[in-house]
Amino acid sequence: MTSPIPDPLAAGLASGWKVVDASALDKDLTLDADVVIVGSGAGGGVTAEILSLAGLRVVIVEEGALRSSRDFKMREADAYPQLYQESAARKSKDKAINILQGRTVGGSTTVNWTSSFRTPPDTLSWWQNRYGLKDYNVAALAPWFQMMEERLHIVDWPTPPNANNGLLGEGAQKLGISFGHIRRNVNGCWNLGYCGMGCPTNAKQSMLVTTIPSALSHGATLLTRARAERFALQNGRAERLDCSALTADGIETNGRRITLKARHFVVAGGAINSPALLMRSGAPDPHGLLGKRTFLHPVVVSAATYPQPVEAYSGAPQTVYSDHFLHTGPVDGPIGYKLEVAPMHPLISATTMAGFGAAHAALLHKYPHVQGMLALLRDGFHDGAQGGAVELRSDGSPVVDYPLTDYVWDGARRALLTMAEIQFAAGANGVSPVHELAQTYTSWNEARQAISALPMQKLITRVVSAHVMGGCMMSADDRNGVTDPKGRYHGVTNLSVHDGSLFPTSIGANPQLSIYGIVARLASGLAEDLTGRPAPRPVAA
Amino acid sequence: MQRRSFLKAGLLGALALAAGGAVYRQLHPPILQRYAMDDNARTIVAALVPAIVGPVLPQDTAQRKAVLDGAVDRVAGAIAGLPLPTQKEVADLFALLSLAPTRHLLAGIRNWREATPEELADFLQSWRTHRLGLLQTAYHALHDLVLGAWYADPVSWAAIGYPGPLKELSA
Repeated sequence: MTSPIPDPLAAGLASGWKVVDASALDKDLTLDADVVIVGSGAGGGVTAEILSLAGLRVVIVEEGALRSSRDFKMREADAYPQLYQESAARKSKDKAINILQGRTVGGSTTVNWTSSFRTPPDTLSWWQNRYGLKDYNVAALAPWFQMMEERLHIVDWPTPPNANNGLLGEGAQKLGISFGHIRRNVNGCWNLGYCGMGCPTNAKQSMLVTTIPSALSHGATLLTRARAERFALQNGRAERLDCSALTADGIETNGRRITLKARHFVVAGGAINSPALLMRSGAPDPHGLLGKRTFLHPVVVSAATYPQPVEAYSGAPQTVYSDHFLHTGPVDGPIGYKLEVAPMHPLISATTMAGFGAAHAALLHKYPHVQGMLALLRDGFHDGAQGGAVELRSDGSPVVDYPLTDYVWDGARRALLTMAEIQFAAGANGVSPVHELAQTYTSWNEARQAISALPMQKLITRVVSAHVMGGCMMSADDRNGVTDPKGRYHGVTNLSVHDGSLFPTSIGANPQLSIYGIVARLASGLAEDLTGRPAPRPVAA
Repeated sequence: MQRRSFLKAGLLGALALAAGGAVYRQLHPPILQRYAMDDNARTIVAALVPAIVGPVLPQDTAQRKAVLDGAVDRVAGAIAGLPLPTQKEVADLFALLSLAPTRHLLAGIRNWREATPEELADFLQSWRTHRLGLLQTAYHALHDLVLGAWYADPVSWAAIGYPGPLKELSA
């Protein structure tokens, strides 16, 4: 396995970075640090860099393995088991929603599609008014977003969209639906289209190639294939974090124990895993809020075929979006949705498309002509979309119980209608909503009548998610959240949460930049609290 | 058997199974371990591959056996990458599809090796829209495992016109 692309992780390891693969431990391990960070994704990566630059001794614990560009061969069969939670087959408790989350160094940032949006103003207004998060306003957060945009090279994408994205824009334009272009965290992107399998050229400015290497170069220690099991909590403090080493394939524990001691602990394992760690630890939860209000941006999908090739597997995955249907009513009115497209690689396309046998093969026979559009529903702003609850299985592993309500289904139907209309406007000759009872429709009129009558039910209407948020929600009032506006866990003085699980609602946009910006502020505050000095400002190498 | 009585029997059978399973699990919390597909499970998957992926398998007997074996191996590999609680669910599913009473009652299949394309399609369609969520989820599991295994294989790509990733960076 060779690659002509220089691998910065290989170079860093050769330079003496402290990286411990727990699966190879031959005895138990105890480490001391100023700060232990659980998770190396958007929240953990940003925190690790800022605290390391501040001179603090940092240990990062990551359940996944350290893989980098030399391993990223753009093959789904390798990428899903190696880089995703549960082999990319994580599901809600009733298995009605397939949930994509990363499990590798860099977390979901290593496998996301690079879409970068600041937290929408209407989401921030809601947080201020409903949860007393006064400092979460556009002006106060702008410098933090700007700092992370500069750090991660988040800029307008100058290359024309691929056909998959372009058709969203064309259809929207014909119908008078507003749309825009997506900013991306890439530098020197080859426009290949395989962001979801790990960037083979290191163009994606994920945590894997930015903040984590920076932290390691400033003395941080990275433990991989190590699962954070539970905190030992005593007298309102976290005394230590007990971890288990995993087998090389990440499926089981291998019997070695790791004990981590620190002045302060930061939980950044991502929504679902972060609240689960705190639940296993018996963290204080006097109001029964821990793990609750877990949001998924439930996604429905519409496939369409066009006379011309679309080649939705090639080119930057997401470059065009429409927020039109987030703004047609009040934020707490009927559920709004954001429109984007999905890259269509064979494995994920074949498993996502409904049906079997000749009918399924017929759609795949037109594979290069297929466009995949998606609508993500903005949950968390209405009584009908209060999100899911994280539960623990008998082995302590988490699962989210997420009810798909009539309120959500109403949005799903409207979104499927919108997508079909846009696809026909863009010239589709067939539209196939991803639904077990749907057919391929050949006109907007036919599609409109059919979709209006399709039953909206779990396991019949395909629902997926790539954005998990909430479960450790912030609130100024400790009766309404388990964390405060600084990310400090209520009732445990030396414990913070720094990831998307803090969010009291869904974001209404791809969440990575919301996590980067908000966590940059939280981590800078934490660095000042712990060192008594102004926080350092991370800059791109 | 009439479809109506089949459904009724299927429902009752599944409820009895579910109840029995719940009682059993209360008394014996599951010990989670890795699941390796046995010959029964491999036979079931081999029967289901053509039914699920559709008319894209080679007609030549030897070639057909080779691609089926490869697909079954990749299903086994995909299962091995799942968390242990999920592997347990997959093991339970293949047990349910192997044992004669549940196979008859719930899947309507007499014998996997000799099942006709129509029988397999009827089975898949009935679970796809079954009133029991448990069987619907089992349909989705089979759908995703088989289609995932099929289209994971670069050999399958030419038939759908997928050129594969840039060769210079995927070696």
